[in-house]
Amino acid sequence: MDNITKKLMQKSESTHKDTIGRAVSLTALALIGIVVVAIFAFVLSRGLSTFFRDGVSVKDFLFGTTWNPSVTNPETNQPYIGALPMIIGSFLVTFLAAIVATPFAIGTSLLMTEIAQKRGAKIMQPIIELLVGIPSVVYGFIGLTVVVPFIRNITGGSGFGILSGTIVLFVMILPTITSMTVDTLKSVPRYYRESALAIGATRWQMIYKVILRSATPGIMTAIVFGMARAFGEALAVQMVIGNAALMPTGLATPASTLTSVLTMGIGNTVMGSLQNDVLWTLAMILLLMSLVFNLIVRAIGRRGAMK
Amino acid sequence: MSKSYRGSIVFTIAAVAVVAALGTAYAMRDKSASNTSITAVGSTALQPLVEAAGEEYAKDNLGTFINVQGGGTGTGLSQVSQGAVDIGNSDVFAEEKDGIDAKALIDHQVAVVGIAPLLNKHNGVKNLTTKQLISIFTGKVTNWKEVGGNDQKIVIINRAAGSGTRATFEQWGLNGAQSTEAQEQDSSGMVRSIVSTTPGAISYAAFGYIDASVVAPKVNGVKPTKQNVVSGKYAIWSYEHVYTKGKPSEPVAKFLNYLTSEKVQSTLVSKLGYISIHDMKISRDVNGQVTRK
Repeated sequence: MDNITKKLMQKSESTHKDTIGRAVSLTALALIGIVVVAIFAFVLSRGLSTFFRDGVSVKDFLFGTTWNPSVTNPETNQPYIGALPMIIGSFLVTFLAAIVATPFAIGTSLLMTEIAQKRGAKIMQPIIELLVGIPSVVYGFIGLTVVVPFIRNITGGSGFGILSGTIVLFVMILPTITSMTVDTLKSVPRYYRESALAIGATRWQMIYKVILRSATPGIMTAIVFGMARAFGEALAVQMVIGNAALMPTGLATPASTLTSVLTMGIGNTVMGSLQNDVLWTLAMILLLMSLVFNLIVRAIGRRGAMK
Repeated sequence: MSKSYRGSIVFTIAAVAVVAALGTAYAMRDKSASNTSITAVGSTALQPLVEAAGEEYAKDNLGTFINVQGGGTGTGLSQVSQGAVDIGNSDVFAEEKDGIDAKALIDHQVAVVGIAPLLNKHNGVKNLTTKQLISIFTGKVTNWKEVGGNDQKIVIINRAAGSGTRATFEQWGLNGAQSTEAQEQDSSGMVRSIVSTTPGAISYAAFGYIDASVVAPKVNGVKPTKQNVVSGKYAIWSYEHVYTKGKPSEPVAKFLNYLTSEKVQSTLVSKLGYISIHDMKISRDVNGQVTRK
């Protein structure tokens, strides 16, 4: 009798395993949470010291157009820390790359899901997966040796600039947008297609009026994800954009992005100096922007959830 | 075989593999910690020399390990000031860098590096005066024909702001004038390849980077050569500094002696494109005062 009570009162082996499993995953979760919070805290504390410790005004930083932190403007007695050229450069390459990549991505994914499923999956799938795996330095190198001379031949000048950056980024974000769009299109229920065809729609009408419409939120999410990748890309862009902290005057003149200025400058500055702090502020802007991209994705997902 | 049984086998194998990997890593770990390890961080221009010398030195002094990393002049100076590393490599005097307490650092000059303007071959210019260089880099002159070259737009390619090479070029090549905002590139190798392929391009790099793909013009009629730097005729050069925080510890001092020894200076230094400090017939202080030795 006692034995049975004991057995009944004791935790079973499965419960025990369950507890361990839960503890392990909670620990992992907490660790990730701590890392994220720590990154934010560190970048914010460094980035904000530009404004609080060095006394730079936020307006001058965000809307100034001259970037030369090691030189002091004799009139205002403030260093030249206008980050607008880089902010505009970053947004320009990001948007342009997304605009160019989207039609290609939608076309490819339609081919893979609607038009030629077998061949599409056999040929396009591996190609797209391959594109994801290529390191960005390779993209940058190809950009430098192929794209830049090509642009130079067409437009004159040096060939470095937003246009070259856009072309390189377009190829880099294409697989991201494509594979996410494929997933979205695949999740459109089969009976949508069947109903459309049953009431006499052609295949193109079905694709255009039914499938693409109902997949729009998912496609938007894919585009925003692609843009987030483009916005944060550093190495490949740095190699082809020319890195001149000038307000972009044309697509084929050297420009710069937040990431390119950051990676070029961080080794040449002394930790804790103003020149170093302003770079951290650029990093802070990048971090906040990636947060914004994430929030946009969530907002799209919530609003456009397929009913 | 039941599922959970298979699971536990997989788990055991994984655990054994992890333990074995850690064990191997531990057995093969870098034992330098138990001996002597010297860490040098900073200037990428000086990195090849310290690296090569460090390897040679470690061969002769078993148990000593010289760990050399790049990161840039700013990183080198700030890390050594904080005491995080033993040696900070720099292209400029510590006094010239903002935010560094230069008094706490001791300067050891280990080499000299000459810097020359680089031109694309098709610019048609063989000589540039300081005045012309200044007007080119400040953007007053925008076509090569204005300085005696071909009808070709000038494309300026700078090194990153704060780079030692750029600081040296602006101080001694442009008499302290600031270059106008233009393209920036991260490394001398990149600069050379862009100059060689871009019509109308001008940049600057250390002598070691001059090759047949680009033109290094005379400056004020003086050829950028080692002899002209040594004799003081050619002004665009800088010391390569190795900084220590306060007096170096004994192993570090020994390595620094090795760096400036005749053996290293006469072989490695010239092989890697630097100029030996022993050859210099002049010396220059932080304020730019030149004295004959």
